[in-house]
Amino acid sequence: MLGLEDFWIVSAYVLSVASALGCLVYGIICWNKGGEILDIDNGTWEKEEEEVKESL
Amino acid sequence: MGVFEAIIIILYIFATGYLGYLGYRHTKTSTDYMLAGREIHPMVMALSYGATFISTSAIVGFGGVAGVYGMSLLWLAFLNIFVGILIAFVFLGEPTREMGRRLGAHTFPELLGKRFQSRFIQIFAGAVIFLFMPLYTTAVLLGGAEFVQTIFHIDNFTISLLILALVVGAYVLAGGLKGVMYNDALQGCVMLVGMLILIFLTYRVLGGINEAHKSLTDMAPLVPDNLKAIGHQGWTSSPKFGWGDKSYNMWWAVISTIVLGVGIGVLAQPQMAVRFMTVKSRREINRAIAIGGLFILLLPGVVYTVGPLSNVFFYEKEVIQGKILLNDEENKKVVILPEGATDESFALTIPINPKSEIILGENGSPDIVRPRAIAIARTGGRVDKIIPTYIDRAMPRWFGIIFLLTLLSAAISTLSSQFHAMGTSAGRDIFEQVAPRYKPTDRATISITRIGIMIGLVASIFLAAKPLRDYIAVSTALFFGLCASAFLPAFVGALFWKRMTKLGAILSIVGGFIVSGIWMLFFYSKTAGGIGLCMMLTGKTTLLTSPNWPVVDPIIVSLPISIILAIIGSLLTKPPDSKHIKECFGKNKK
Repeated sequence: MLGLEDFWIVSAYVLSVASALGCLVYGIICWNKGGEILDIDNGTWEKEEEEVKESL
Repeated sequence: MGVFEAIIIILYIFATGYLGYLGYRHTKTSTDYMLAGREIHPMVMALSYGATFISTSAIVGFGGVAGVYGMSLLWLAFLNIFVGILIAFVFLGEPTREMGRRLGAHTFPELLGKRFQSRFIQIFAGAVIFLFMPLYTTAVLLGGAEFVQTIFHIDNFTISLLILALVVGAYVLAGGLKGVMYNDALQGCVMLVGMLILIFLTYRVLGGINEAHKSLTDMAPLVPDNLKAIGHQGWTSSPKFGWGDKSYNMWWAVISTIVLGVGIGVLAQPQMAVRFMTVKSRREINRAIAIGGLFILLLPGVVYTVGPLSNVFFYEKEVIQGKILLNDEENKKVVILPEGATDESFALTIPINPKSEIILGENGSPDIVRPRAIAIARTGGRVDKIIPTYIDRAMPRWFGIIFLLTLLSAAISTLSSQFHAMGTSAGRDIFEQVAPRYKPTDRATISITRIGIMIGLVASIFLAAKPLRDYIAVSTALFFGLCASAFLPAFVGALFWKRMTKLGAILSIVGGFIVSGIWMLFFYSKTAGGIGLCMMLTGKTTLLTSPNWPVVDPIIVSLPISIILAIIGSLLTKPPDSKHIKECFGKNKK
């Protein structure tokens, strides 16, 4: 396959391409998922961050 | 230098300067400086992750290794995609981002320190990074300086080194992580374009995918005897597998060192992990995966294919026409001035073997030399020269500058992240923790980090001095291995094992570090030999000489020990306070 004979080499080649495509597909399917930021109590540092931003 | 080349270089320099300036303009708070404001675009994040990950050693160094050992290196490409992107982003990235946000962590050591409620962990991790990263940084600096020399025609190596260090240092200092990541995105694009053209042209020169692979397979009988003896079975075959005999050394060298060491090591690299904390939500991480996977396929994937295929080019296709200046039969080399060369500095020295063809031109026609050599022989035994020689000889002239910029981009993107990580570890993780009474203002934190960056910068330049350069070569492996053993179990445990305690983390981090260090100093031949402490103390290069211990990567020994220590330490102490766990993981999770 692909001019290669060794099973392990062909596997490495195929798995590399497949996993990259897998990443692409995963990203596309989940493109809009997970955008909501979980509601948690604001820790003090987040408040400080806002204060610093405001003072600037 | 041609007009085309000059234009490309000027555009590149302008873009770099502009993006650094943009980073500076967009940096107002310490969160901007250390974490790019936690609002970076997913494409920028993905390109930055990939570009930082892939340094010149991945392209030239490992590409050359693939040219020697063959396509079994593709397992590293696969691991880099599957583990380095998919697993890392999905299973580590999102929890890191979320926990980092909850705990207000601005650096990787701070994440570990706050999760385990231990200032010691933050300081120790910061110190490991600050003390050992310069070794890795210097290796990249040295490589990058060579490209600066070539691109800008600078004779003095030290000046090239200083130019590179200062230019990169400038935009890191000014722009913080935003400056770094904007430039990473530019550099990532350059790298992508370079690699796409390279693989396309390579398959074209060699007659197509099937034809190229078949030619390489047919070359298997040409593997040199010394490589056959350690298990090399051809560039399109996997090495011989087994234990207890020298003939299995290649399998253990390739699989354990390269594949496991670098493939897994990347997960716990602090400058990589911190990038997960630069995006706003899970959605950005998901989007980044799409680009990240393709990027890693095209970077190492192309290189570990082109490296082995260069053998086909040098053996079957390379023809040099020109004027033979010297035919040294005794030393088996020919010096030929290629057609069109303007002066003798462009003359090529070609190692000659019994299969080489030398045809003297008659009646004014040019002399012809066909090296008919495998890649490692063609470069006179120098692994690092395989890829550059291939590019120079097989690719069209205009590709030369593109590839040089690709390599320079790989170096700069890695360097910038290293400088930044050294700065944050010195400033935030060590200084601010060691002096707890000093509560810096937001502005002061940025200044302290900048001082840390400058110290790291100076240390790296200092280490690049000539007498120390031999030790630098082994440093990349050292740093990756140290990080993996010291940080990976604690990192994974921090994100997933609520029962993991401060003691478990400390034992794992310190223990992993020590075991890794001892193995590298006394057992692993590449580092033990390079550093020489074992030889000095015991008169032997490594303490265990029976095959195949000296080629077993330290990570195989130190990582399991580090994991065991994490488990034992955690089970020996009482579980962490449930209120703290809720703070780390959030109320909604079980």
